[in-house]
Amino acid sequence: MSSQLKWKFVFILVFVLLCIFGIVGMPDFPTSGAQVKQNLANRIKLGLDLKGGSHLVLQVQLQEAIGQRCDTTIDDLKRQLHDKNIGFGEIRRVDDTHILVRDVDPTTSGQLRDLVNNQFTDWIMSPAAGETNGYLMAMKASVVADVRKQTMDQALETITRRINGLGLTEPTIAFTGRGDDEILVQLPGEDDPTRAKAVIQAGGQLALQRVADDQPYPSEPAALAAHGGVLPPGTVIVSGKPDSSSSQAGEQVFWLLDRAPIITGQDLKGADPEPSTDSPGQYDVLFHLSSSAAARFGPFTAANIQHRMAIVLDHQVYSAPVIQSRIDDNGRITGNFSQDSARDLALVLRAGALPASIKYLEERTVGPSLGADSIREGVQASVGSLIVVMIFLVIYYRLSGVNAVVALILNLLILVAFMAYAGAVLTLPGIAGVVLTIGMGVDSNVLVFERIREELRSGKAPASAVDVGFSRAFLTIIDTHITTLVSAAFLFLFGTGPVKGFAITLTIGLLANLFTSIYVSRAIFDLHLSRMERQAALSI
Amino acid sequence: MEFFKGVNVDWMGKTKYFVSVSVILLVIGWVSVARNHWSLQYGIDFRGGTLVYVRFSGPPPIDKIRKGLADAGLGNSTIQQISDISNASSKNDVVIGLEQKTQGDESLDAGKQAIVDILQKTFGTDSSGKPDFNSASVSALAAYLTQKDPLALGTSAGDRYNQLAQRLIDARDKDHGGIVTNFDELKGADGATPAVLSVLSGGFSLGNFTIRNVEIVGPKVGAQLRTQAFRATMYALLGMLVYIAFRFEWVYGAAAVIAVFHDVLITLGFFSLFHYEISLTVIAALLTLVGYSMNDTIVIFDRVRENLRLMRRESFTEIVNKSINQTLSRTILTSGLTFLTVLVLYLMGGEVLRAFSFAMVVGVVVGTYSSFGIAAPIVVVWSKYTGGKGVAVRAGSAAEKRVVATARR
Repeated sequence: MSSQLKWKFVFILVFVLLCIFGIVGMPDFPTSGAQVKQNLANRIKLGLDLKGGSHLVLQVQLQEAIGQRCDTTIDDLKRQLHDKNIGFGEIRRVDDTHILVRDVDPTTSGQLRDLVNNQFTDWIMSPAAGETNGYLMAMKASVVADVRKQTMDQALETITRRINGLGLTEPTIAFTGRGDDEILVQLPGEDDPTRAKAVIQAGGQLALQRVADDQPYPSEPAALAAHGGVLPPGTVIVSGKPDSSSSQAGEQVFWLLDRAPIITGQDLKGADPEPSTDSPGQYDVLFHLSSSAAARFGPFTAANIQHRMAIVLDHQVYSAPVIQSRIDDNGRITGNFSQDSARDLALVLRAGALPASIKYLEERTVGPSLGADSIREGVQASVGSLIVVMIFLVIYYRLSGVNAVVALILNLLILVAFMAYAGAVLTLPGIAGVVLTIGMGVDSNVLVFERIREELRSGKAPASAVDVGFSRAFLTIIDTHITTLVSAAFLFLFGTGPVKGFAITLTIGLLANLFTSIYVSRAIFDLHLSRMERQAALSI
Repeated sequence: MEFFKGVNVDWMGKTKYFVSVSVILLVIGWVSVARNHWSLQYGIDFRGGTLVYVRFSGPPPIDKIRKGLADAGLGNSTIQQISDISNASSKNDVVIGLEQKTQGDESLDAGKQAIVDILQKTFGTDSSGKPDFNSASVSALAAYLTQKDPLALGTSAGDRYNQLAQRLIDARDKDHGGIVTNFDELKGADGATPAVLSVLSGGFSLGNFTIRNVEIVGPKVGAQLRTQAFRATMYALLGMLVYIAFRFEWVYGAAAVIAVFHDVLITLGFFSLFHYEISLTVIAALLTLVGYSMNDTIVIFDRVRENLRLMRRESFTEIVNKSINQTLSRTILTSGLTFLTVLVLYLMGGEVLRAFSFAMVVGVVVGTYSSFGIAAPIVVVWSKYTGGKGVAVRAGSAAEKRVVATARR
């Protein structure tokens, strides 16, 4: 055997060993069959459809965040116009990104324009069509885009913190890349996502607001009526959470609160569930304030003893206890919570409030029994197709068939090793891709062998026939791989999880096939030829 | 052993037979599409909706389920029994489907929750009120075992009950398909002593159903996926057209693309005929088919081009026939082997992949014969129509230089 051939085989052997190590692992070199299986299971990442788990797609309601910006601007604008004595009739929100200021006093309209240009740089003001002395403010497109991006980033961070707080294994939380407002959450091994969904979707907006009147009202009109039909400046009416300690006997009540909160969720340093002091068997959530917040909270409580303070969660009053003494840095949310709900609420508060609400668009859960079945059936099909192909090759091409079988097995070995090294995810369609690799990969060998047979028929000697066979078939092999690879590329770009898995295994399988059917097969032929007698026929 | 020694068939003469076969296949398939109001059966990926796959411990009581659903106001749901030929334990599986209503304020999983509630009420809990082991989670089981401490581990229990719970649940899911009808079935699990099993039977009942799989797709996502699938297909076809136009003449490209369209149309028709739904993985199969069918066509065109150079005296039709005969061995072998492998996939690959493998099975057969039955005849007819000997490769063109280079080797 020539030294060049020897080196070829050394290279192939080293390559094979690398692959085997990739699959069954090292340094803890396995010693038993069960451990091999375990190592294999650890090194190949399984997709949700094989492992079981949940796949959620959520949509962040970005319009809410933009609308909020709009509302804050309106409040700000009203205050500024009052301070600067700029007369106007009405400021109205037209939609999420447009504000209409009507009946502006013509003598002060210049001041209004200056004010907007200097202070409200996110907006562009122009005269409103069809309105005398009316102006339309439009949010700049770049600002809208910024708000959208910031809201998405914040939502992603908050959701990530919340899910990490749940202690699940290896969750995936990322933008889907499909719309600019969608987030993908994958929870492997979690086949009942109910708790996770509740935690993700919870608003988590906490606010402590002073109660303006010490008694609740049975309805909104009743609350207004007590103040002459007009809402006192700086206050807001908030409904109480039904069945909470703020409502009496399960009826809906309304509280008149100071609009500006003393404490918000951002002031929290921590939150924990604790057994309730007054209702045994139930839980409360105890929260701790940061020192800067405590510096505000202490004086506030000291100045408001015997008055009520409302604890508002997601725009509903959970409780409105009377302040008995000065409190500096903690508070208690009571609400007839079970241990689980208290634990989850504490988690949500620690992670922070969502900047906008969330809607679920897609939910898929695969139970572990289905996952196990899928793995078994996929492996069955792969082994079955491998056996069928192997039998055919050996019968049809005799010894050369064995050559093809070796190339095929090596092909699969490389495929699995690559998946293990690259951490690529194996899905059920991915296993189908393995089966297709087996079927399509054999094509390369067939092309070469048929050409060799043709050359032998036309009278060439074995060595020369092999040579011509491989070189003639080379371009055609490349050609036939390219079209399938183009398909796989598009599937990878446009596909979702399982389909991507298919594209990956098919691509890697076909690329590995190029190596095994050209380089390795040729090396085996050369080895056989170098050992053959001069006049012997090639077994093909 | 060799199948195709010295084959000499007049393929182009038989064109009319091939085309009639194509027409018959197309008509059969699309008659069934027409009977379905000219719409293809889309799966949940594209349609939206809710699907809940349930496995029962015995023959599924479909009427009871139907009544339970109707009572809860879900009378328009569909219940279908699944039979998976590759998996014997699936004979008691049922899939319950709900149409996608326009998603207003109602949460996405309202339908699923309703179905699960009905199932729980009808089949889950027995009169003892004990929780159902078949729906229990690892944490619930671990908590219970830690509390009861059947292995008398006391304070040194640590993580061991968590691991034991995981092993018991794994045994339930992987070895028994998700439902256990008797706690003794768990004996094989590592650490499941009789004490453990008796503690389990004291604290858990055995419901006779388990939920295997849930898919809920909202309307927005459904529309998005439809667009994505369409775009992927169009771009792939365009890419291939460009590639073939670059390698050969444009008429070869057109012929190949027409053949591929023909393949996809027949496959879709058969989908409708056999009542398979078109899901995302089916689109993946169709795209793979497109690539595969192009393969076959390219191999024949390659030979035609080589022979155009070598065979100066024969007519174009004869050249094409010769080319097909020369490559026949390789074509039949490859297609045959690929067909065998996807047939194995269809039979043994499980229910989830069934539609995918069906598309591949039909597609491989149709894709192969469309190369010599549709694509090659188109090129021949075009050459007869433009007169002269075949589609000559333009002298001095880049394509001719490549042909010369190949022939010289």
